[in-house]
Amino acid sequence: MPKVKVPRKSTLIDMTAMCDVAFLLLTFFMLTTQFKSDESVIVDTPSSISEIKLPDTDILNITITADGKVFFNIDNKNFSRERLLTRISEKYPELQFTPEEEKAFVLTGSIGVPLAQLKGYLALEETERKLYPQPGIPMDSTNNELGIWIMQGRLANPNVRITIKGDQAAPWPIVKKVMDTLQDKNVNKFNLITDLEADPNKLKGI
Amino acid sequence: MAELEQKQTGKKGKKKGRKKMSTRIDLTPMVDLGFLLVTFFMLTTTFSKPQTMEINLPVKPKEEVKPEEENALKASKAFNILICGENKLYWYLGLPHEPIEPLLETNYSADGIRKVLLEKNSNIEDMVVLIKPTNEANYKNVVDILDEMNIDNIKRYALVDITPDDLEEINKLMQGK
Repeated sequence: MPKVKVPRKSTLIDMTAMCDVAFLLLTFFMLTTQFKSDESVIVDTPSSISEIKLPDTDILNITITADGKVFFNIDNKNFSRERLLTRISEKYPELQFTPEEEKAFVLTGSIGVPLAQLKGYLALEETERKLYPQPGIPMDSTNNELGIWIMQGRLANPNVRITIKGDQAAPWPIVKKVMDTLQDKNVNKFNLITDLEADPNKLKGI
Repeated sequence: MAELEQKQTGKKGKKKGRKKMSTRIDLTPMVDLGFLLVTFFMLTTTFSKPQTMEINLPVKPKEEVKPEEENALKASKAFNILICGENKLYWYLGLPHEPIEPLLETNYSADGIRKVLLEKNSNIEDMVVLIKPTNEANYKNVVDILDEMNIDNIKRYALVDITPDDLEEINKLMQGK
């Protein structure tokens, strides 16, 4: 029987093609990526069949956590956060912020402290700020600070769209109070942030 | 001449002696790096923008509405959904003390409230759904019901405060069990 000669092949493979693919994907992801914002509060939103997408900018968000705390957030398009803080300190002369605190306010995410504690909160280091137990924005009828935030936020950025991001377990009375506050400030149109859920009417068609 | 030639040959000899370098580079580490970065961007990226549900609330009246105006809604067209704690759901048709159809318990499933809503909506012209969450209700319950309005294509609905009458009816039903 003749010996079958197996030709010895090099184990080296040409990596050029693979490299091309890798960098193509890399470019794609780099261009499409939007980094997840590190929110200090985590909420699990309910789901709905609504498919309206939310724009990235001009958003004034009110977050309601499962334990009923309320947080306020506004995006920094056209420096609206800076303007908001300036407005707050104009309205409350006892609240004056240093440039460092202003910078901290621009960079930080959701705010959930009463106005009286805001200065102290912004003075903290970034890592400490994440660990700080924020009590939520007070919404008592005598001291409705959420109303102030909404009012000033809208003045700082008139194009702002108001969204409510509530946790599934958020108690209804709190949500109701937030909605009442919005109505008091003549905001009758707002968006509720939800997860996507399959529409049963569309599923029937399949 | 001879010297020149010698030099040339010498050069040639040197060239021959040098190892011919391949133009191929090992790209494996580069591929590794590429995929590492791809993985990083894949994990940090958020593709889906959040979905939103738009709701419009009526303008808050400046003065108290007169009771006659408030009751302009016909009792026969008022479909009431009462959202209670512990994911309990009740409905009735009409006014709390003289309901056209009495208070009944239902649930959030497709066979529960959706069936009732679709049936009533096709039978009653211009039906208005009054959504009344109690204080024990949570946000998910309310959003589920608002979503149900979208699913069932009900155009007229309102978020209303629960009345003591409604609560009384629920208590009666609970005790009757």
